[in-house]
Amino acid sequence: MTHPGATIADAPVPTAGAAPGTDPAPPVLEARGLAVGYDRQPVLRGLDLRIERGTVTTFLGANGCGKSTLLKAFGRVLRPQSGEVLLDGAPIRKEHGRSVARKLAILPQSPVAPAGTSVLDLVMRGRNPHQSWARPWTAEDAAVAEQAIAATGLTEVAHRDVASLSGGQRQRAWIALVVAQQADTLLLDEPTTYLDLAHQLEVLRLVRRLNREQGSTVVMVLHDLSLAARYSDRLVVLHDGGVVADGAPHDVLTPEVLERAFGLHARVVADPVTGAPMVVPESDEHVTGLAGA
Amino acid sequence: MSAASVRETAVAPGRRGVRIGPVGLAWRPRVFWCTVTALVTVLVLGVLGVAIGSTWIAPATVVRALLGLESGPESFIVTTLRLPRVLTGALVGLTLGVAGALTQTFTRNPLGTPDIIGVTSGASVGAVAAIVLGGGTYSVSAVLLGGGIPVAATIGALIAAAVVYGLGWRGGVQSYRLVLVGIGVSATLDAVTSYLLVRAKITVATAASQWLVGSLSSTSWSSVWPLLAVAAVAVPLALVTSAALGIGQLGDEVATGVGLHVQRHRLFVIALAVVLTAAAVAAAGPVGFVAFVVPQIGLRLAGTNRPPLLLAGLLGAVLVLAADLLARSAFPWQVPVGIVTTVIGAPYLIWLLVRHRKEMTR
Repeated sequence: MTHPGATIADAPVPTAGAAPGTDPAPPVLEARGLAVGYDRQPVLRGLDLRIERGTVTTFLGANGCGKSTLLKAFGRVLRPQSGEVLLDGAPIRKEHGRSVARKLAILPQSPVAPAGTSVLDLVMRGRNPHQSWARPWTAEDAAVAEQAIAATGLTEVAHRDVASLSGGQRQRAWIALVVAQQADTLLLDEPTTYLDLAHQLEVLRLVRRLNREQGSTVVMVLHDLSLAARYSDRLVVLHDGGVVADGAPHDVLTPEVLERAFGLHARVVADPVTGAPMVVPESDEHVTGLAGA
Repeated sequence: MSAASVRETAVAPGRRGVRIGPVGLAWRPRVFWCTVTALVTVLVLGVLGVAIGSTWIAPATVVRALLGLESGPESFIVTTLRLPRVLTGALVGLTLGVAGALTQTFTRNPLGTPDIIGVTSGASVGAVAAIVLGGGTYSVSAVLLGGGIPVAATIGALIAAAVVYGLGWRGGVQSYRLVLVGIGVSATLDAVTSYLLVRAKITVATAASQWLVGSLSSTSWSSVWPLLAVAAVAVPLALVTSAALGIGQLGDEVATGVGLHVQRHRLFVIALAVVLTAAAVAAAGPVGFVAFVVPQIGLRLAGTNRPPLLLAGLLGAVLVLAADLLARSAFPWQVPVGIVTTVIGAPYLIWLLVRHRKEMTR
């Protein structure tokens, strides 16, 4: 099958983590000529992208641009229409589900736990890839689950029903499941949805800690551009089935890119605290002018 | 779920780890004791079911006869006349209870009974067609009950389930799609059943409607064996898949994320539920309400986040055995067991729901 649309922009070699020069170790995740979508309607057309080990990468783009779709394809939740996804250089589809799950953990967008599920119940499910007929539940699994709960600051509510927790705690409970999985790579689909700013920061700080302290590779989808810039090594902006910008936050978050990918007229200024690029929409007169254009 | 305080004590320090051979489980005392109580109740009701009848046989004699220590007329009544009926009742309850727990868990919906996969409607068309098209008088149908009707019901159930699964397929099956397709297919099949009933002679139609209510009145050892064989294979398989069910109900993406092969798991669970239900329906007709009500009762008694499979099965056996006892002894004529299961099952569920709401508001 040929790709109906040409690749818009090949991913430039990301700065973080990639060894220059001769053939480096394969990237953690790689999409090759990836076309995915729903009901034969491709959302992404012939996309190539490499995710390097130990980096935090965030996919950005307007609603419906295919950020979540790309993440789902990386997480083998969606089957590609053409092209393939490689995990550690090998086709992800050919590997056994549990074996993949030991390397790659997924947090979908707004997951729901059945009523009556305690935090501990939930987090223990993260140990599934490490269990089998020959190796059932062990003390190690219990210890890992306990650590994951402690790392996400949920020890005090470990036995509470997930449904009874606050939004921030609930999201951390799901992250704890992913942490308990002990996979090196985490795919997080909008981990900050429905959270207030303080809780958004809480989740993103946790994500960065996992990256810094455990060397986890993180690939996530976020909507808040400034937070994405602040907590990511690399931003990938998707638009119209392909990548329009890819690189360090400073290089990617430019008024031109924002205009092209979001149709957003905005200025980019330095965040007074960290110096990371911060997006400030232009005044409303500009917007009315734009609407006529 | 039940009140938070109950859950905390039941789940937190109470979860114990055991390893029995290859099966490692974190079990909860509350589930365990509910299951033991249900098992004891099944045994008591079973013995009572054999003891009570046109002639009363003392429970001690029943037990001795079951152990082969008794000879004479009592032994004949116990093992040849009454035991097949009690065993069929218990197995029908067990298989329907487990099947209901399976389908309610994978559809993540308490209304997701095996009926929604079209099994019951398919079996009904098969059985009614066998009765109406194959027979004339009631006695002919009674002969057919020995072999023809169960076979026809099983074939109907399997075809209907395959059609629902096939129509629900769209690069994999989603449970909500399966439910919608199942409702459509069931409605169509029920129309066929109604047509057959309308076209049939009145005596035949009566026999067919009696089958449609669910009855244990024409059971024999020949109805026990196929049911026992299916239960012996499918129930352990269902218990083995329990951990995967718990993961599956977190949603397809999370389940895939922790390494569950979602579509394969779903097909396996559906196949188990279909086979279990088909076997039960073939033996006794569509005994109403068991697959729906019993898993929900188990869920509330055990305080878990999904119906415990074994408990649901045992409670199914309790419900059917108790209903059959009532049906045989409390009325001057024999009431089909399917009517009684509905009449005692539904109010109990409503009572549990009302009590649960009181707990929540307290």
